[in-house]
Amino acid sequence: MVRMNALTENSTGTAICVTGLRKTYGGQVVLDGIDLAIGEGEVFALLGPNGAGKTTTVRILSTLIPADAGAASVMGHDLRGEPGAVRAKIGVTGQFSAVDDMLTGEENLLLIGRLLHLPAAERRERAAWLLDRFELTEAAKRLPATYSGGMRRRLDIAMTLMGRPRLIFLDEPTAGLDPRSRHTMWQIVGDLVADGVTIFLTTQYLEEADRLADRIAVLNHGRIVAEGTPAELKRRISGAHILLRLADSASLDAAALALPEGTRDDEELVLRVPNDGGIRTLRAALTRLGDGVAVEDLSIHTPDLDDVFFALTSDQDKELAP
Amino acid sequence: MTALTFAAEDSLTMVGRELKHTIRYPLMLIASIMTPVVMLLLFVYILGGPIGHGLGDAWRGASYVDFLAPGILMMTVAAGSSTTAITVSTDMTGGITDRFRAMAVSRAAVLAGHVGGYVLRTLLTCTVVTGVALLVGFRPHASVAGWFAVIGTIVAFSFALAWLSVALGLVTKTVAGANSSTLPILFLLPFLSSAFVPASSMPAGVRWFSAHQPFTPVVETLRGLLTGAPVGHTGYLALAWCGGIALTGYLLARAAFRRGTR
Repeated sequence: MVRMNALTENSTGTAICVTGLRKTYGGQVVLDGIDLAIGEGEVFALLGPNGAGKTTTVRILSTLIPADAGAASVMGHDLRGEPGAVRAKIGVTGQFSAVDDMLTGEENLLLIGRLLHLPAAERRERAAWLLDRFELTEAAKRLPATYSGGMRRRLDIAMTLMGRPRLIFLDEPTAGLDPRSRHTMWQIVGDLVADGVTIFLTTQYLEEADRLADRIAVLNHGRIVAEGTPAELKRRISGAHILLRLADSASLDAAALALPEGTRDDEELVLRVPNDGGIRTLRAALTRLGDGVAVEDLSIHTPDLDDVFFALTSDQDKELAP
Repeated sequence: MTALTFAAEDSLTMVGRELKHTIRYPLMLIASIMTPVVMLLLFVYILGGPIGHGLGDAWRGASYVDFLAPGILMMTVAAGSSTTAITVSTDMTGGITDRFRAMAVSRAAVLAGHVGGYVLRTLLTCTVVTGVALLVGFRPHASVAGWFAVIGTIVAFSFALAWLSVALGLVTKTVAGANSSTLPILFLLPFLSSAFVPASSMPAGVRWFSAHQPFTPVVETLRGLLTGAPVGHTGYLALAWCGGIALTGYLLARAAFRRGTR
């Protein structure tokens, strides 16, 4: 208990502070001791493949399920000791849209307003404002069964925002959405950030984490395997390069001779040459290569989070392999 | 406002949600009226003749419909259980229950909404079914106090079955499972009680079961009250069963709700 109190006291300006969080389901370790510190107003992305433990983390931090071990404070309140106080400050939008299918969009919002004990006038005003903001005014009197996937997700988020939460959990907010709806969702997240709301989002899309998050933690097999800003994570792996695919091994020999800094793969007939991806350095490399070498294909490769992700998660897999 | 008034307000909000669901999708309500009504008509017009003659000394003088109607009324109360189990399960498998659980809403209120909805729907269905029973010849002889006691018994029994249905809806993993889990309440227990025939006419083993299961004292109480006969200790037995079922259902439901959806 002393440890938890200490956490709470230190958490001024800290939205979420987690140490040693563990969760096991029927002998299967889902979270294997994770530590997180998320500042107020920050957009934090928990990135990981399916089954990494992302949803479990969200469910624990949003008071839906208890952790087996570890301490956590959310918005200055101990998760175990004051779940009610935590619930009053957070909003949760899960993977499966949490809307009442037998109520219209507007009725869904008003229901949440009632449960938040908002006065009637404020309830209606806030509902109307959110419907407008999420372009649902026209659909307000219809049942969610008639909504598209993107509309349902927007209604879901609008319901989460009825109570003006200071911390929002978004569990895979764009899973299953078409590209247009995904863009709208990104805009919504951007707007929330502008309002100073702290966002904890999970995603398996690297592009999404790169685009939205101030900080990313990569979760794999229930452990945080890397944490940092998108730029920091990208820096962790080797730099940009060009890949030359050659027609035969003689061409590969010639290319390797012309570009000695490259590393060759004789099986794939590929030469990997470090290159920052700029036009000038690319032209220089091609000039050195000359016209005589039969290059089948050339691709320019700049590191993105995919590289980081695959590098980190495959390391972890090797580590775990017997 | 105190936590208690918040909880009461939240419960009312949830009951309102339930009633809105019922009005919007009245199919399940209609089904829980039709099932007992079909039974009533079936037993009065097709099976009732021989059964009525067979009642003999056990039911002196009165017509079979007077014996049957209280049983049909009890069946009407039980008919609501599938509706509640299904809606609880639907809420649980969709995300809406998790939304409520992650809000600063009294958790008892979320479940109390389903219970309140059950009781209110039952009062409506029982009124309709009583009307149909009167049309086919049911002639109750209850006093005014007796009628209030009938309503009280119906409320107590529906309250008990409501908590049990909520628990069943929470512990079954799927909507289909929730639906079939209420079949014993809908059919098995009513038929193995003295709702349709007196227990004395049943084989020994069934008779013993019938005498010791909750539906029998409930139907005997309703029958006594509606025919103006003395109810005696059966009424207390019925209330005790209702209290026991409600408490068991409540504790099961609370535990399952805390455990969560996964």
